[in-house]
Amino acid sequence: MDFELSEDEVALADGMRRLCAGRFPLDRIRAAEGERVVIDPSGWSELADAGVFSLRLAEDAGGLGLGTAAAAVVFEELGRALVPGPILASHLAAGLVEGAADGKVMVGAVHKPRAHGAAPVVIEHLGSLGALVVVGDDALALLDPAALDAVAVDRSLDPLTPLWRVDHLPAGDAVGGPDDAARWRRDASVLGGALLVGLAAATVDLAVAYAKERRQFGKPIGSFQAVKHLCADMLVRSEVARAAVHAAAVTIDQPDVGDALRAAAGAGLLAVEAAMANGKTCIQVHGGMGFTWEVPAHLYLMRARVLADELEGSDTLAELVAERY
Amino acid sequence: MDLRYSESEESFRSGLREWLAEVLAKLPPKPSHLDWPGRRAYDTTWQRMLFDAGYAGIDWPVEGGGRGASPVEQLIYLEELERAHAPYVGVNFVGLLHAGPTVIVEGTPEQRARFLPPILRGDEVWCQGFSEPGAGSDLASLRTRAERDGDEYVVTGQKIWTSHAEVADFCELLVRTGPEDSRHRGITWLILPMDRPGIDFRPLRTIAGSTEFGELFLDGVRVPVANRLGDENDGWRVTMTTLSFERGTAFVGEVLQSMELLRGLRAIAQSTGAWDEASVRRRVGHLGAELDALWALARRNVSQAARTGVPGIGGSVYKLALSELRQRIADLGMDLAGSAGLVFGDIPGARNGPVGNLEIVSTWVHSFSRTIAAGTSQIQRNIIAERILGLPKG
Ligand SMILES: Cc1cc2nc3c(=O)[nH]c(=O)nc-3n(C[C@H](O)[C@H](O)[C@H](O)COP(=O)(O)OP(=O)(O)OC[C@H]3O[C@@H](n4cnc5c(N)ncnc54)[C@H](O)[C@@H]3O)c2cc1C
Repeated sequence: MDFELSEDEVALADGMRRLCAGRFPLDRIRAAEGERVVIDPSGWSELADAGVFSLRLAEDAGGLGLGTAAAAVVFEELGRALVPGPILASHLAAGLVEGAADGKVMVGAVHKPRAHGAAPVVIEHLGSLGALVVVGDDALALLDPAALDAVAVDRSLDPLTPLWRVDHLPAGDAVGGPDDAARWRRDASVLGGALLVGLAAATVDLAVAYAKERRQFGKPIGSFQAVKHLCADMLVRSEVARAAVHAAAVTIDQPDVGDALRAAAGAGLLAVEAAMANGKTCIQVHGGMGFTWEVPAHLYLMRARVLADELEGSDTLAELVAERY
Repeated sequence: MDLRYSESEESFRSGLREWLAEVLAKLPPKPSHLDWPGRRAYDTTWQRMLFDAGYAGIDWPVEGGGRGASPVEQLIYLEELERAHAPYVGVNFVGLLHAGPTVIVEGTPEQRARFLPPILRGDEVWCQGFSEPGAGSDLASLRTRAERDGDEYVVTGQKIWTSHAEVADFCELLVRTGPEDSRHRGITWLILPMDRPGIDFRPLRTIAGSTEFGELFLDGVRVPVANRLGDENDGWRVTMTTLSFERGTAFVGEVLQSMELLRGLRAIAQSTGAWDEASVRRRVGHLGAELDALWALARRNVSQAARTGVPGIGGSVYKLALSELRQRIADLGMDLAGSAGLVFGDIPGARNGPVGNLEIVSTWVHSFSRTIAAGTSQIQRNIIAERILGLPKG
């Protein structure tokens, strides 16, 4: 048992961080705010070349044959850098949908609506998608996005996650049964959780940097205890969620060490909370600046809300843990 | 990241499991929590049984009487003891979990040989004399004075909140050896034998109605210089080591114990029908997720300590999160108890669940001390902000 990151995992994280810094610096990402396409094909293929989608696919299937722990480390960096696009769904679709693993096709996902006549279905990144996975309770189905009768949403909460609205979602072609659907949800919890932990950690850095630099009453605001304690709680939330996500990822790779379903649900639950609470706190620490469009604090919060939607709801996750405790 | 235990670790586990199954049945009945001599006898008897079987000081060095195994085996040890509902360390808390570990890191070979084995054998019990009436959170302002007189220090002053001092043989004592205003530059870490003349202990009653701690008065108490850990005036550094054990590893077992408690509360909810309410299930699930996360964090801290020898500053994150979580678990217990929660004791004839009424109520009352003892939550937040995040001192 050694729960520190291995040398390989550290190298993987460093590599992804470097790729993000070089290819996806924040100002370049932000240039696409409000656009219908927020990541261009060349950016997507660089992610594919770095193994973001094929990482867990077996080597003989063209993947890197790595585990979920390795993927979690990579996804944390993608979250931290706020890299946009249907990253999670495309990764989960590798091996299931032709072209997902090598980045030839962008794959999105949507929860299957539970009742007819419920609220309209909202689909992320539809305009860029080559395939759409409908995640049901006990099946995965595949839809052709081009065939959908979809209306673009004027403005989305996260300016880097363009949305489309669909009134009727066809059933699609079955691509997976109950086990595949369960596995999809479990892995979405862990790797979506990793993206969220990245967001949560990034907001700690952002808030702390501002608290050191902004001065009021003749000193840095970070010397005021009320501000300090906000920042300390941010770190606690992101470190606790990070440990949960890492443990869940390792438990998927090493099934003998625990209950992967319970660990995954708990990790998703805590990661959503950490990223949401940290996003809000980050705005607060910035004062009026935090409420400006310019300061990126809001982008982390809004992305957290998007990812929270890609996971099962917090109530469902909590009940899942309770059932298996 | 690897959470698997090796073959030799697993065989350690199964040996321990077998031994526990056999030996726990032979334990004497638990004494009342107000009977301190009885508690000492019970806790030290258990410690002696562990020692005789080779299960004392799992990750302590062999020269100190320990097993010389890894911190990972110490984790397995904690898991198995909790699983078997073995007794808690009790009065051996200070000796086993932070004074002893400090002696291992900071002591001379003579000190290690003198003080470590009796802790493991259950022969000697330790207490902690850090806090003073004027020095709680601001520990570096402590005033208990020690004057050098030949090969002894003469100590005069007052300590407070000293837990189970009435049954302790030694006290890890912080004294001022530098000038009055020298703060952390003038502190020395001493091992005070509790049988010396000039020591007076007066118990204080806690909100639990018990006398777990009290005031320790020291009037010209002579302590051999040989009982000094580290150099004179270098005690603050030694104290940081002690606190890193107290905050980093001493409460690792508590997360496992809290998991047992939560499972017990879940069983109660199921038997009373409260489980039919989604809000109760979600609360249990949320608390369970947090406990799982803290167990993961504990394993991360232990992995780090296994590499560096001393738990890192991350212990403050763990200590803060666990003590606050513990209070919310205790709240759930009280909510499930309903009006039985008004009774500070077990209720004769009441359904015999895995967690009795006394445990629920007592856990709740004691939970308020968690965010105070070993450094308050506010102090942990200050430490996280200043020492981990690098925010300026205010
Ligand atoms: C059950 C129990 C057992 C204990 N056992 C021992 C023992 O065996 N040996 C021992 O030495 N000590 C022991 N302690 C003492 C414990 O370490 C102290 O109580 C603790 O460090 C707080 O000090 P204080 O009680 O003087 O509170 P104070 O320091 O007076 O604090 C009062 C309040 O002010 C807040 N506060 C103080 N300073 C700051 C600051 N800078 N920023 C923000 N808030 C601040 C605190 O958080 C707290 O809420 C024990 C305490 C308890 C409750």
